Amino acid sequence: MTARERLRLARPPAASVPAEPAAAARRGGVLSGRIGSTQVIYLALAGVMLVGWALVALDGGDFLTLETIVGIQQRSAALGIVAVGQTLAILAGSLDLSVAYLISLTSLVAAEIMAGQDSGIVPAVAAVLAVSALVGLVNGLVITRLHVHAFIATLGTALIIRGVVDHLYDGPAGSVPESFQRLGYDRLGPVPVSALLWAAVAVAAWFLLRRTRLGYRIYAVGGDEEVARLSGVRTGRVIVATHVLCSVCAGIAGLLLAGRLGAGAPTVGTDGGYDLESIAAVVLGGTALAGGRGGVPGTVGGVLLLAVLDSVFNQLEVNAFFKDVVRGVVIVVAVAGYARRTVRRRSR
Amino acid sequence: MRALRSAGPIFLVLAVLLVLIAVANPFFLEPAGFLAFVKRAAPLVILAAGQYFVIVSGEFDLSVGSLVTVQVVVAARLIEGDEAATWPVLALLLALGLLVGLVNGVITTGLRVPSFITTLGMMLVLSGAVFLWTGGAPRGALSETFRMFGRKDLGPVPWSVLILLVVGTAAILLMRSDFGKRLIATGDNERAAALSGVRVGRTRVLAFVVSGLAAAVAGILLGGFAGVSAQVGQGLEFQAITAVVLGGVVLGGGRGSVVAAMAGAFTLEALFTLLNLHGISGALEYAVQGVIIIAAVAAGAVRLPLRRAARV
Repeated sequence: MTARERLRLARPPAASVPAEPAAAARRGGVLSGRIGSTQVIYLALAGVMLVGWALVALDGGDFLTLETIVGIQQRSAALGIVAVGQTLAILAGSLDLSVAYLISLTSLVAAEIMAGQDSGIVPAVAAVLAVSALVGLVNGLVITRLHVHAFIATLGTALIIRGVVDHLYDGPAGSVPESFQRLGYDRLGPVPVSALLWAAVAVAAWFLLRRTRLGYRIYAVGGDEEVARLSGVRTGRVIVATHVLCSVCAGIAGLLLAGRLGAGAPTVGTDGGYDLESIAAVVLGGTALAGGRGGVPGTVGGVLLLAVLDSVFNQLEVNAFFKDVVRGVVIVVAVAGYARRTVRRRSR
Repeated sequence: MRALRSAGPIFLVLAVLLVLIAVANPFFLEPAGFLAFVKRAAPLVILAAGQYFVIVSGEFDLSVGSLVTVQVVVAARLIEGDEAATWPVLALLLALGLLVGLVNGVITTGLRVPSFITTLGMMLVLSGAVFLWTGGAPRGALSETFRMFGRKDLGPVPWSVLILLVVGTAAILLMRSDFGKRLIATGDNERAAALSGVRVGRTRVLAFVVSGLAAAVAGILLGGFAGVSAQVGQGLEFQAITAVVLGGVVLGGGRGSVVAAMAGAFTLEALFTLLNLHGISGALEYAVQGVIIIAAVAAGAVRLPLRRAARV
């Protein structure tokens, strides 16, 4: 079998990618068939912005200021980058619970190697990418070679990283030079540098999924691993690759947070709740937790939705705990909405 | 018999760990020393038993950790040290556990939300709501009667050990009943179970209710044992899931026994005890725990194809 033939086999059947308008149109016709889950999340995002704008206006404030929009972009960048990585793992039918501790670890690695010197930036970035790729490799190999469920494998890795970090550090350590802190705070016109970094990661992941062989294979493996394997896809390698990429995204988020804090911090990843929050954002964006369906644009919408909610609540000075309650309800309600649509479509 | 064979490895690991503990600390061989260990393990074992019901039906329950915290914080706030309030509050806590399980189950099965997301949302709602109510820090105090279950003894035997015996027996009886068979059938192959007349949704809802109730009981024990804090339930959901998986129960459902799941929780607790005895610092304990969990589950998984082949 030539490489091209194998690629064609590995390409997912159109029905498993509901975001594709042509496939959706062929299937249904009426409204619910034509709007993919990605459009739904952006409609929801627009709705939340509108309601938020109205509520803030009633409260006597102004929601759509440059300051708010920059704030939303800045707040969402780190979670966005992790969530893009998480999307890859989840699309392949896996998931990664180790990202939060990995972010803490890589923020420390970055700040320690930089030690306040500009000359340390390049080695620090290289070291962070190497460490995170290694963690992803271990995750992937434990899942595929030792047949440990991804939930337990990445939870175990998380515990190992936690042990090492807690053993070595009590508080913030290392120092990030001012030139690197620009990554966290500078902006080009209205756009923060961190948002550009997030956009770059998202576009790269989107390109990978939609335009490369590996991307098609990720969908194939997540859709049905056995079918993918019988079609000649080396499923193990695909899963390992998604875990490496997911961990590298977490490493990039670690770099960003180190730049924002000016130092590495052993709790920065867990305080942000990046593990469960990133999974929630991915699912909120319409990606199926079982794999094979969804994509990066949805995840970006999911992360933005969470950030806009956060921003509205900040402006209304809503209690922080109430925010958690609403966030929990929103996530469950949104996913329930997707599930209803899928069921209706299937029954047709 | 087959269940016993497939659960064999965890009992072996547990036995080895118990021997190692006894070697390091001979007090462990005396009844008081051993009962103290069982008492410490009781909340996790009860949580693992509850989590088993959910996992074997093919779902997850990530809300149990925050539910335990809610139980303890709510109890302290409502009791305020008043003995007379103890029993009504205990009843209320059990009702709360039941209600949370019911909501988890209905959302998961009725609205078809993956349980990972349902219970994650429940976790956010519960922890947010309880701190909203208490204004950020736990207030109030537990009564002596309430604390009795977690820390006092009835004669030579701690109350929590007795409660564990009752809960454990109930779990085993439940799994031997028709409900248990329907539960395993549901987790193994939902469609086949539905076609043979199992009300799949109702069965799963009951599994979540059992898990909520187990979390309520564990919360009552932990409140008495450890006292009131906002951290009391932190990370317990992952420990419970780990314990169940250590016991050889397969994530995705349909395989494994509740006794082995409880043995998994004992094993985890024995592991913590052993690491403490050998003076491995709190932090590195996590790392060792991580390695052992992966190794244990991997060892279980590697044998699986052989076993399956032998059965055919």
